[in-house]
Amino acid sequence: MRWGVLLAALVALPFLAGEYYINLTSQIFIFAIFAASINLLLGYGGLPTLGHSAYMGLAAYISALAALKLGWPHWAAAPAALLGTVLVAGAFGLIALRATGLGFLMLTLALSQVLWGTAYRWVSMTDGDNGLRGLSRPFQIDGATPFYFFALAVTVFSLWMMARYVGSPLGAALKGTRDQARRMSALGHDVWLIRWVTFVYAAFWGAVSGLLFVYYHKYIHPISLSLQSSAEGLLAVIAGGSGTLAGPLVGAAIVMLLKNWASAYIERWNMLLGFVFVFIVVFMPEGVVPGVKRLWLRFRSRA
Amino acid sequence: MRIANLTHGALFMLGAYLGVSILKRVPDLWLAAALAGAAVAVFGFFLERFILRKLGGNVLGQVLVTLGVSFIIADLCLIVWGGDPIPIPTPGWLQQPLRLFGLVFPAYRLAVVVIAVIAAVGLYVLIERTRLGAMIRAGVDDMDMARAVGIPVSRLFTTVFCLGAALAGAGGVIGGPIMSAYPGLDADMLPLALIVVILGGVGSLLGAFVGAFITGFVYTFGVALLPDLAYVILFLPMILVIAFRPRGLFGKFAA
Repeated sequence: MRWGVLLAALVALPFLAGEYYINLTSQIFIFAIFAASINLLLGYGGLPTLGHSAYMGLAAYISALAALKLGWPHWAAAPAALLGTVLVAGAFGLIALRATGLGFLMLTLALSQVLWGTAYRWVSMTDGDNGLRGLSRPFQIDGATPFYFFALAVTVFSLWMMARYVGSPLGAALKGTRDQARRMSALGHDVWLIRWVTFVYAAFWGAVSGLLFVYYHKYIHPISLSLQSSAEGLLAVIAGGSGTLAGPLVGAAIVMLLKNWASAYIERWNMLLGFVFVFIVVFMPEGVVPGVKRLWLRFRSRA
Repeated sequence: MRIANLTHGALFMLGAYLGVSILKRVPDLWLAAALAGAAVAVFGFFLERFILRKLGGNVLGQVLVTLGVSFIIADLCLIVWGGDPIPIPTPGWLQQPLRLFGLVFPAYRLAVVVIAVIAAVGLYVLIERTRLGAMIRAGVDDMDMARAVGIPVSRLFTTVFCLGAALAGAGGVIGGPIMSAYPGLDADMLPLALIVVILGGVGSLLGAFVGAFITGFVYTFGVALLPDLAYVILFLPMILVIAFRPRGLFGKFAA
């Protein structure tokens, strides 16, 4: 019901708001898929990833390179990007999941830095700091509104698929490995395999957000692969509330709005981002959605 | 100490920039390194005491806060010192190349090696051979038990954190003549430090030293032989080690 209202509001938005807000909401959609895929690992799997931008950026780069260097059309480049990202994520997962907790975090960060460094330094292929330009969007969705509906459809589908995953028996097992890994192991579940499948699944949706990202901007720069990009996604999950379905959506909206509004007034987005990190961790460690939910429940029980 | 500190790259950069400013008034690199180290240590003190302390045990919180702080530091450095790389001059008497065993070395780099060895041996003696080091290790292994027998774990940890920050800051100045100070130095250093630690094993000084050697060699040869892909080659030893020994070469516990 609540989701239906939200969806109706989002469908109506392009008829009511100006182009600036349509584009801004499209960016929030893209970022929300990215944050939701991090949430799969962090919120439901208890695996703190700090390298998720690797999959978003990789898919974007593969799609861009396939179009520019090989001249592939979108119907070939997009599946190639998704497949390539999933393969890389499978290999990265083998390495990163040798550890959990802090070790996992450092490994994911290190692995994503490999891709970032490659994109930055391999100038003959990626044009380094200049980024890749001259890209196009599929299906002639060049206007703000057509792209908005495209992004909305993809986002709804992605979030629905991720919600299905979390609600499935596999998702229940995943939550089990988060809370009691040893007991799950004793019960006969293959903890490592559950985590690896989730890792690859999360990377796949990260890749989907990467495709949308490159379609939206028609440009890709190594910064999309950077630590900062991963950290912004992580911040959105934490700010919204990890381990909830609505959390990443809310968090993505908060971070994106903040980023857009703040950068209109001040140049120092990085510093603001830093302060927001510190603020949220110190004062709102559970996130906005669980916090508001708790207040709402208290309000209802009183009324 | 099992604190997930992602500010270290930023502290290194902060040290390098502070060194630039101090060198304008004090014309001695070593003194500047010591001063910058002390200044960064003071910063580390506040960071540990007033923010990280509150998040004891919350690894993800520590990661995010230290990441946030490193963004703030990086941006502050950009405001104060601008976006252009600032070279740090090599001390005059170390500018000559040195002949050793028929090979020619830049004298400054040899001096850096000597300093690194002294620092490593000093740390080793401090942690493994002194009473203070034994107390620190006890605090890391079992904080509650260490407190129960009267070790001031909190104060010790603050000291250790400051020492780590000081080393990062001084390292930034000493590395200055080789790398100079530029925006993005933090992002370049952090992965290197991470690889070294993962490779060598968390909680092991010997591991950090050996890891640094391997990483340094691989990176140098990688840059010389395959410049485009040096970054990928850099991670190969780490991946190999993790595949066969998840805790790193000399790690006591899994990272």
